[in-house]
Amino acid sequence: MRSNRALEIGTGLFVLLGFASLFFLTTQLPGSRLAILNKEDTYQVTAKFDNIGDLKDGAPVSLAGVRIGRVASIGFDQNDFKAVVTMAIDRRYDHIPDDSDASIQTQGLLGGKLIGIGPGGSETYLKNGSQIDFTQSAIVLENLVNKFFANFSNKGSSSGGDAGAAAPATPPAAGPAPADHSHTKEKP
Amino acid sequence: MSAPGITDSVPVRTLRQLGSVLLFLLQILRQCVPALAQPRLIVAQIYNSGARSVIIVMLCGFFIGMVLGLQGFDLLQRFGSEDAVGIVAALGLLKELGPVVTALLFAGRAGTALTSEIGLMRVTDQLTAMEMMAVDPMRYVVAPRFLGGLIAVPLLVAIFDMVGLFGAQLVGVHMMGVDAGSFWSQTQGAVAFHDVIEGIIKSVVFGAACSLIAVYEGYNVDPTAEGVALATTRTVVASSVLTLLFDYTLTAIFLKS
Repeated sequence: MRSNRALEIGTGLFVLLGFASLFFLTTQLPGSRLAILNKEDTYQVTAKFDNIGDLKDGAPVSLAGVRIGRVASIGFDQNDFKAVVTMAIDRRYDHIPDDSDASIQTQGLLGGKLIGIGPGGSETYLKNGSQIDFTQSAIVLENLVNKFFANFSNKGSSSGGDAGAAAPATPPAAGPAPADHSHTKEKP
Repeated sequence: MSAPGITDSVPVRTLRQLGSVLLFLLQILRQCVPALAQPRLIVAQIYNSGARSVIIVMLCGFFIGMVLGLQGFDLLQRFGSEDAVGIVAALGLLKELGPVVTALLFAGRAGTALTSEIGLMRVTDQLTAMEMMAVDPMRYVVAPRFLGGLIAVPLLVAIFDMVGLFGAQLVGVHMMGVDAGSFWSQTQGAVAFHDVIEGIIKSVVFGAACSLIAVYEGYNVDPTAEGVALATTRTVVASSVLTLLFDYTLTAIFLKS
């Protein structure tokens, strides 16, 4: 009878441990409202963007390159056709001026998108529920490349399609590209 | 167990083997519901193949998690995104390493025990004696062992994943200095519910395959000492190959859908 008791206790412990692990994996690991672990102490700030590119939920929000929060949710405003991004910012960082600007940037050349906050000069600070008014959309790399090549081919054909003229055509083509870059920046 | 006087060619023999495994599975499945009437037998098998494998599964899971932490950190550091080491460890463990390594360990630790136990019952004519007493060995010996393995493997996989994550966290956060908050929030952001479900489906399939192979080889053993040895070897080889084969197939299906 003694060995039977040990067996049952062992099996019970094993099954309990197994189901506890399963419960943890299914509820805690995928980010969900059930998550007790890592309950963040954050406040929510919204911002509207014309174009968010491929920004995703959970993308980092950084200020001066330091991660201060993450993107909590992405929605869409039907009235002015803008993307509404809700950011969860860590409570530790509660001295961010409320006239700061938010821009969508890229990690590395081909990395994921992140939101960069540029601090303003106001004496009042962002708090839960406030909105960032100054935003700058994602720069879509394909559009830039397309414009660059459109300029490049225009310049190439106007200066005579000779093979010898192709070499001097390169420096002027490099000229409009940065100018084009600033154009897209000014638009929003 | 071939009929005397008939020698099949290799392809026919392979086909027969496959058919007999599937028929054996059907026989087990038919006995599964009646076998549930004796839960004590199943509990004993969960203890034998599950509870007694916990220590080895935890040990292996811990080290695999730590290795994932180290390798992931080293690789991700080059791209300046070492926060994502939790994602690498969690997805790697949940989707591939957890189910596969646990199934391989299960085949080696519990599958061999099942095969040699049932095989020795066959060699010492215990199974025949049971049949003489109108006790169906499929129902009282084979089905509880199959069910025990089927229940034990997913639980072992869950424990493996948990301990592995803990190991990865230990290396990533405590040794390499990744911020604990971003380790977990990045992981929670990247792991979706279906990733967890994929791992569970895989573990159930692997558990069924490994248990089936083990009881089949034991039940159809060549009743000699050498036969038991060969059957045990075949269990490990067939379980490992089948696990990896199913793993590829399931991964391909999950990625398509």
